[in-house]
Amino acid sequence: MLKVENIEVRYSGVPVIHDVSLDVNEGELISVVGANGSGKTTLLKTISGTLHPTKGSIQFDNEDITRSSTVDIVRKGITYVPEERRIFGPLSVEENLRLGAYILNDNEAIETSIEYVYGLFPILKDRRKQKGGTLSGGEQQMLAIGRGLMASPKLLMLDEPSLGLMPKLVDEMLDAVATLKGEGITILLVEQNVREALEMADRGYVLQTGRTIYNGRGRELLKTDIIKKAFLGI
Amino acid sequence: METLLSTTISGLLMGMLFALVALGLAIIFGVMDIVNFAHGEFLMVGMYAAFLTATGLSMEPLLTLPVSAVICFILGMGSYYLLVRYLLKGPMLAQLLGTFGLMIFIRYLAMAIFGPDYKTLEQGLLIRPSINWGPVMISYPKLGAAVISVTAFGAVYWLINRTRLGMALKATALDVEAAGYMGINTEKMRGLAWGLGGATVGIAGALLTNFYYVFPTVGLLFVMIAFATVALGGFGSIKGAFIAGLIIGLIWDFGGTYVGPEYKFALIYLTYFLVIILRPQGLFGW
Repeated sequence: MLKVENIEVRYSGVPVIHDVSLDVNEGELISVVGANGSGKTTLLKTISGTLHPTKGSIQFDNEDITRSSTVDIVRKGITYVPEERRIFGPLSVEENLRLGAYILNDNEAIETSIEYVYGLFPILKDRRKQKGGTLSGGEQQMLAIGRGLMASPKLLMLDEPSLGLMPKLVDEMLDAVATLKGEGITILLVEQNVREALEMADRGYVLQTGRTIYNGRGRELLKTDIIKKAFLGI
Repeated sequence: METLLSTTISGLLMGMLFALVALGLAIIFGVMDIVNFAHGEFLMVGMYAAFLTATGLSMEPLLTLPVSAVICFILGMGSYYLLVRYLLKGPMLAQLLGTFGLMIFIRYLAMAIFGPDYKTLEQGLLIRPSINWGPVMISYPKLGAAVISVTAFGAVYWLINRTRLGMALKATALDVEAAGYMGINTEKMRGLAWGLGGATVGIAGALLTNFYYVFPTVGLLFVMIAFATVALGGFGSIKGAFIAGLIIGLIWDFGGTYVGPEYKFALIYLTYFLVIILRPQGLFGW
């Protein structure tokens, strides 16, 4: 479904990603782990079309999207739930969700999406008139994910959904991601909770200073020395 | 008593026009946090467009409103696509000096083309003696301008708060990057904000032509008031611009009648300073 091949990405001239390849098949949950600065967020931003690679290529559904704009990429079916949530604070929960369905013109489809998201996260329904900025961190994360689901994407990219949440909520959030996987949604997940992220993933990729250094089945990656030493402290 | 009533009515009517002049500035600032120094020149272009259409085609001045709106819409959008979007890539100072440069450019281009003469319309539906209700006088052009200003505010408010396009403009204003992730073409939204800002000030210009002289530096006078209006109301707030417009209109007329015309500007800015000392974000800013 998604195929990233040997991309290099630069931030004002300086390479942040040197050589990363990754692929995602339909229905899979793929986790990308790595230390801060290893290029995880840059990778997602590049797939979303906010940044463009200087080398390599990105294909989605057998179409080249290497140089496509964010608008085109959202329309093709990839949504990105950014790091730190980026909720539209002064707008209500429901307005935030409706913005997630901006590319849809069909009112019925929008209502169906809203009901679907409220079904997944009932708390959002209770808070639908409330301003997004007044929600707790965990609720805001649910809103961000719900907003990312509104356009019924083929691929959902989640950037550190547990960031800044208290431990109890981290588990809840990762459970929610597992639920989404159960619903058959294809997910590309970037996470700092390495063990959980790899345990729930079909496959995982380990990034280090802008390079893919390992990839394989999630649980098998957990047994490798590099993961044990660098991330799990065993 | 009669003077008080007359002054209040005149002040409120004038205030609605001030609000309309400031509306575009508030829209542009609201969507992209940039001050358009050339705003007064957009007004001037709107005035010339109305004046030349009305005199050239011997047309009723009120019917020139759409002409000014369209010309200034194009002027606003053109300014964004040809200049402003490049300025955004530079430092803050580039943005300030860039629209300042645009202001000088348009002003003196108008000077070169139209000459420095003051021009005025002599005929039109609104150009007639004031209405006299007993001792209270209401100026026709100001009344017309006020009605159209309220209509324009209503339309913009509806557009921003009740339509899908308005939601996209708001999202772009709040977080341009996140708006992009929603599939909103944020570049188009910014261009549109400039177009809309231009169109509303173009309408204000066309109305102003009914009771004010048209000359190349006319924008300066009104833009100074518009800056105070937007800052007083809260940068980017549509409601704030309207209410601040009314306040400034009242100060304008009360100051002129009771203190002396030469103090009008000083009083407006004095009020503005008092408000920002107490509430730096303006009355309705966030």
